[in-house]
Formats: sequence, structure tokens, C-alpha cells
Amino acid sequence: MTRAYNWLVPHPFLTLLLTVVWLLLQNEFSAGMSVFGLILGIVIPRITAIWWPDRPQGFRLGKMLSYCVLVIWDIVVANIQVAWIVLTVPNSKLKPAWIVIPLDLVQPEAITMLAGTITLTPGTVSADLSDQGHSLLVHVLHTDDPLSVVDEIKTRYEDRLKEIFQ
Amino acid sequence: MSMEILGTYAVAIFLLIGAGFAAVAVIGLLKFNDPMTRLHAPTKVGTIGIGALLLASIGHSMLLGETSMHELLIMGFLFVTAPISANFIAKVNIHLGVCETPPEPQRDDTWATLKRPEDNIETPKDLNAD
Repeated sequence: MTRAYNWLVPHPFLTLLLTVVWLLLQNEFSAGMSVFGLILGIVIPRITAIWWPDRPQGFRLGKMLSYCVLVIWDIVVANIQVAWIVLTVPNSKLKPAWIVIPLDLVQPEAITMLAGTITLTPGTVSADLSDQGHSLLVHVLHTDDPLSVVDEIKTRYEDRLKEIFQ
Repeated sequence: MSMEILGTYAVAIFLLIGAGFAAVAVIGLLKFNDPMTRLHAPTKVGTIGIGALLLASIGHSMLLGETSMHELLIMGFLFVTAPISANFIAKVNIHLGVCETPPEPQRDDTWATLKRPEDNIETPKDLNAD
């Protein structure tokens, strides 16, 4: 039974995501469309399963949702902060800096999510990954204390991502 | 009737917020004088500007009685793809040397974009040795 389930739904989260995207694309919520979306959500991961042999095994959807809420809230706050910096801080007083974040995450999916989160949140853009994937290069728009930015990213986002991708 | 009026005001406010943030993004793009700082304004302020405009679009379609949810998809795809384009622009800046040179990574040799593929390949000198 478990084997049949694993064969049919190799990637449960992707199945759910594809179903939701299909419903949103169709712009109508009906039983027929849900069933068709579910069929697509099962067939597409099944066909493409050979391309992700090393997919993350443990994935906590509940923690992922609370992480998304946190990130969306941070994006709103970040936008107001960056807008304030753009409008009030003159170029000569701006203190941009490169910072290097040592990574504890190992899964490529988790690192991708962390990099995307960093780009979307307060005054930081992730620029590059080191060649072995142990550090992330981040550009900060305006900071007095680059080390505190590293600490904040590690405690606020990376620890939560570690719990999501166990 | 009053719900329609409230809805119209909400749509108008979201339009104003979106347009305001988009304007700030343009100001930032024009004001900053370093390519890396210039990257910050459109990547962040732009996303919420477009997000607010799309929320206004959802509200408007709801007022007309034809609820449209395509905007949620646009927002989702935008949030997924915006960091990637920013990442590519940052890498181009590093390669062109128009920004400060980034510091060395702590545990690895170099940044992925600066790593040259020929570092790993045996050089023709070894081939000639046979």
C-alpha cells in the first residue's frame, strides 16, 4: 500500500501545487476541474520523477506555510524600509556592503529558497553561491553593522528552513 | 450599494499604493549611482508595487461579479522569478567589475560565477606529454 502510494505520488507537495495552479489557471472551482487537476498533478510528477533523484525527503508543509506568511510580512515591511531609504538617504551617506553568509543548509532546494527570500526581503540581494555551495554572497543596500545582518538572516530564515527541509 | 462604494475605494487605494511604490522604484533606479545599489530598488519595491496593482485588479473583477484569480498566479510566478533575474544582474556586475570586489568565501575556493571551467580540465600540456 505504501509502495503503491509512493509510486503514484512521488512528490505529494508538487501534486498539490500543480492541482492548485491548474484550478487557478482555469479560474473556476468545480469538482470536474479538481479531478482533472489532480490527474495532472499525479501524471506530471510521475513522468518527470527521473529528473529529481535527490529530491528532499522530509518536507513539512505546515512549517512551510507559516514561513510563507512570515516572508510576505517581511516583504511588506522591507518595501517600506527600502522606499524610505530611497527617498531620504543621500548617495554619499549610503553604506552598501558585501556580506558572506556561511551556510548550514545542504539541500539545493533549501538554498534556493533562502537565496530567494534574501533577495525579496530588507535591503539585501543574494548575488552568488561559492563553488562548493558552502557560502552565500549577499549585497546589503544600507547597513552600519554587516555582522548583525548575517546573524539575522541565519536565525530568522535559515533556522526555519532547516526545520522545513529535515 | 455601500459595499460597492467601499470596494471602489479599496481598489483606488490599492492602485495608488501600487503606483506609488512603482514610482519609488523608478526614483531609486535613477538616483543611486552604483550598479549594485541600483539593483535593490526595482527588485523589492517593484514586487510590492505590482502586487498592489494585481490586488486592485482582483478587487475590480470581484466588483464586476466575475471573480478572477489569475492575478494570484502572476504574483506567485513573479515572486519566484524576480530573485533569479536579480541574481543574474548581480553576477554580470561582478564579472564587469563595476562594483566593489566581493570578499572571498570562507570555506570554499571562489564564487561559482568566478570559477573558470578550465581549472578542472587537464591542460593540453598533459596531452602532449604522452
